Amino acid sequence: MSIMTERDRAAVRTEFEKLTGPVKLVVFSQELLAGDLCRQNEALVREVAELSDKIAVEVLNPAIDRERAQPYGVDQVPALVVEGARDYGIRFYGVPLGYEFSNLIDSIVAVSSGEASLMAETKSSLATLAGDVEIKVFSTPT
Amino acid sequence: MRLAQHMAIASERVTATAIEATEFPELSQAYRVSEVPKVVINDRVEVEGALPEPQFLEAVLRAAGEPVREG
Repeated sequence: MSIMTERDRAAVRTEFEKLTGPVKLVVFSQELLAGDLCRQNEALVREVAELSDKIAVEVLNPAIDRERAQPYGVDQVPALVVEGARDYGIRFYGVPLGYEFSNLIDSIVAVSSGEASLMAETKSSLATLAGDVEIKVFSTPT
Repeated sequence: MRLAQHMAIASERVTATAIEATEFPELSQAYRVSEVPKVVINDRVEVEGALPEPQFLEAVLRAAGEPVREG
């Protein structure tokens, strides 16, 4: 059974017409820790990836694929890294449904071009950051 | 999350992690999440609710220890 409705699929397909460069969705799954959620996360990511040939999927088990997983610094499952020309540091912990689903689609489109939609003032302020900034956003699906 | 993820694209210094609060109760408890969305920047600046871009930027700069322009 699919997670996305036919309507979701049509809307996302239209969004994905904007994709310019390749996108990699790196899924972190560990059956033993959170089997149901990891399966749901992986299934959702595959459904999304099917809607564009510019999107590739890689599934990593942090306990097994240690060398591949380690550089991402992901310490929870299920998790997802949305990568474009580089790893921009965008992560989703938990299954990105509801509110986070539209952010997932938006992040895929954005990393594909590497262009941030922000005000010029915001971009210039960020360009002068001297230290690292780690933003966590807690939300619920509804 | 939208602003945070675009900031991550704009700056190599910035990372953005969306956390589904109900699936990670321990994390949510550790960060005292009672309302969503809740944003925690560098584990020291906390914002509840969605902020417009200039105010969100101000919170990011404050967390980074950057001088925040008044006005």
